Amino acid sequence: MARAIVRVPATAKRGQIIEIKALVGHIMETGFRRTEIGTLIPRDIIRLFVCTYNGEEILRADFHPAVAANPLIEFTTIATESGKLEFKWTGDNLFSASESAEITVE
Amino acid sequence: MGRDTRAMQDDDATNPATLWVLDGEALWNQKAGAAGKACADCHSSMKGVAARYPALHAGKLLNLDQRINACRVERQKAPALQLESRDLLALSAWVGRQSRGMPIDIEVTEQLKPYLESGRAAFNRREGQLNIACAQCHDERWGARLAGNPIPQAHPTGYPIYRLEWQGVGSLQRRLRNCMIGVRAEPYEYGSPEFVELELYLMWRARGMKLETPAVRP
Repeated sequence: MARAIVRVPATAKRGQIIEIKALVGHIMETGFRRTEIGTLIPRDIIRLFVCTYNGEEILRADFHPAVAANPLIEFTTIATESGKLEFKWTGDNLFSASESAEITVE
Repeated sequence: MGRDTRAMQDDDATNPATLWVLDGEALWNQKAGAAGKACADCHSSMKGVAARYPALHAGKLLNLDQRINACRVERQKAPALQLESRDLLALSAWVGRQSRGMPIDIEVTEQLKPYLESGRAAFNRREGQLNIACAQCHDERWGARLAGNPIPQAHPTGYPIYRLEWQGVGSLQRRLRNCMIGVRAEPYEYGSPEFVELELYLMWRARGMKLETPAVRP
């Protein structure tokens, strides 16, 4: 299982805009590079990132070959209620990584 | 280094080298070799250690990566990790992370002096088809621009670094190779004495500066 690191504020006020950071380890091989003897290095990238907040999808992102290795996504959402944020990355060669974080909304 | 890169470096959640640090921590606690020992079985905190390397070990000048390997071979009875391999970089990032914020502290003893002088000589020696020395850029022209980028003073305060250009973590020797290829010189081999002496000189030159390991650089 690949490593993933997420940063979500532990507590927030209801209605507050919170910043979320999600980093995952992945080589993001583009599929356009060749080895020294000219054979194509097969593509190996993350295709999809999904973040859910208490089961409800709040962000979905398609990744493409131009995304750098070890992609970092920063985005914001509104703190509506206490609960769990779940992050899931899926990609080529059955790649799958997930991470979660709890938030308390006052 | 720009403000954005600095912010990325200083937050563990955005510094991609954290992925290596976590791997290093896992390796540190994992038993290896015929002795069946993990690093953690002998060592507790490695705070301050990275600030003192390269250093002499059994009459040889070793950098941190080589010192980790020496311990693996001598104490753990395990095969040495390949220089510049992910596992070795992860271990040195984990060890280096524990000295973050501490000043670089190279104590020049009589035994160390010849190595330091040899490193200083290499820093000032013209080389390559372009026939320029490290000192001509990094002592005389720092702050000027090379291909649009500012020339730094070449203080190795954050190695191993996550270099955005590499999309991965690399050692000081990998960075030195870049410079040597840039002046069209033939780079030394990884782990060669010439490289380690140059590392020693650079660390001594940066003495007192705070370690930022693992740093993020463009």
